[in-house]
Amino acid sequence: MKGFILSLRSEFYKSRKTLGFWGSIVLPLLIVGLVFIGYATHKFDANTTKMPGMMLWLGYVAIVTAIMGNLLLPFYVIFIAYSVNSIEHKADTWKTLFTLPIAKWWVYAAKYFYTLFLLFTCLFLFYGLLICTGNLLGILKPELHFADYSVAAYLGQLYLKLFLASLGILSIQFLLSLLWGDFLKPMGIGFLGLIAGWITLGVKWQYVYLIPYAHPNMVWANLQAATKTVKSKTIGAMPNFTIEIFTREVWVSLVFAAVIFVAGFFIVQRKSVK
Amino acid sequence: MVINTEGLSFTFGNQQVVKSVSLRVPAGSIYGFLGPNGAGKTTTIKLLLNLLRPESGSIHIFDQELQANREAILGQTGSLIEQPAIYAHMTGRENLKNRAMLLQVPTIRVNEMLALVQLTAAADKKAGRYSLGMKQRLGIALALLSNPKLLILDEPTNGLDPNGIIEMRELLIKLARDHGKTVFISSHMLAEINKMATHVGIIHQGKMMFQGSIEELEALNQPRVQIELAGKTDEATALLNANGYNIADAKTNNLFIAYQSKEQMGQINALLNQNGFIVYSITKVQKDLETLFLAITQKAGA
Repeated sequence: MKGFILSLRSEFYKSRKTLGFWGSIVLPLLIVGLVFIGYATHKFDANTTKMPGMMLWLGYVAIVTAIMGNLLLPFYVIFIAYSVNSIEHKADTWKTLFTLPIAKWWVYAAKYFYTLFLLFTCLFLFYGLLICTGNLLGILKPELHFADYSVAAYLGQLYLKLFLASLGILSIQFLLSLLWGDFLKPMGIGFLGLIAGWITLGVKWQYVYLIPYAHPNMVWANLQAATKTVKSKTIGAMPNFTIEIFTREVWVSLVFAAVIFVAGFFIVQRKSVK
Repeated sequence: MVINTEGLSFTFGNQQVVKSVSLRVPAGSIYGFLGPNGAGKTTTIKLLLNLLRPESGSIHIFDQELQANREAILGQTGSLIEQPAIYAHMTGRENLKNRAMLLQVPTIRVNEMLALVQLTAAADKKAGRYSLGMKQRLGIALALLSNPKLLILDEPTNGLDPNGIIEMRELLIKLARDHGKTVFISSHMLAEINKMATHVGIIHQGKMMFQGSIEELEALNQPRVQIELAGKTDEATALLNANGYNIADAKTNNLFIAYQSKEQMGQINALLNQNGFIVYSITKVQKDLETLFLAITQKAGA
């Protein structure tokens, strides 16, 4: 276990000056920041100011989550999986890592979990920044009733589900980036997977839950359903939403992650001796 | 023995690249592991570092079986395989700090290593901007960081200029002589190894062709008498044979006989002159080490 912690610290030390690491921080800051500025500077009409807090929150969250869940998240996952592995490909350091007096399994596991950590950090920042900026809007623009409702629990569930639903793609992309040192192959395959996910989701294929690349989009569909429910409610009625986290697409995502995590270890061992 | 292998074999696909290699590397030695490119040196080194698992045979390092004691052995081993593995986006100092973190070595060692390989002035420059020689020196510093008892270096002088090669040689000699370290160094240049090694192993096409001390290697290199004649070498050969001199080799107008003494050379000269042979020159010759190396490796190819 000590080897795992040492390797994890080393992963942070190596990546702290790379785009992969800073992308995890800059991406949420940029997207939430732009949406916040848009809300803060926009002059809202009477219809919006009359809206209940819940509607405002869901609208605010939906703009960011639509961009992130539908489009940016899969690309971001493809990029960080590449970024973490390319450090070793570029320096040809796999064999050096495996001659350290640390079990090979811990060296590999630390790299995988560090990639997971970057994804978690990114989504956690999205969550935290959405809550903070939403509440800040409630203070800056009291005519918008953000303060009337707390979306924290719902949003936490939504982003946790988004994280779990992304693990399948992350694992596949991690494996592809282990196999190939260049960006184009994992990116190309990832892009094809995304298109397959979008099409099968669009035509409502019954087995779409088996395609990891469709999973983040399926989480976004949860949010859409919640928004529709709110619209059907009368003003003033504020239901508490909960999200079923462990749906079948999340289980499929977790199974993909577990199987590929183990398979990746055997692949990386072969890689080290080329 | 620090490294002791028995019948080590390894096959890539259907090509056996290491064939029953038995290495004996004594403690405190500089062991030159020689062979032409593609002889199986790097594969053997990868087997010694547990990057590959042997198909058959055993590996003992520090008298411990490698597979069962991998982490304990690697904790006392520093290595440099092929080109140095350096993170180009990090400075030289950061590369060392990162390794120090993984090896749980105090960071004071980082500065010591930078000074040892003369990279203190360039320590805060990105390693990607280092020259090949600087990268190689940083690779050595990384290998030495944990103060290992055994250093395994795969062609460490590749890409170094003559000064760099001399510095590297002096450093390795100092490490073995003053600090009791065992150095296992691979190379395809016998002349380079000859200047520092105490022991030599020669590998060719995966097979060990020679193993022993540098003195034992030199003992293989017996001097000979080269006789240059105006002609009639067949008759001269017959005459010398009849007088008890065995001809070791014959080339156009040149005969070679095993060297015994100066007196023997005089007697041969006199014998040939007295029998009407014109001798242009008679000289004591010794194969240079490169020729010896070629002779040993070509013997395998034959």
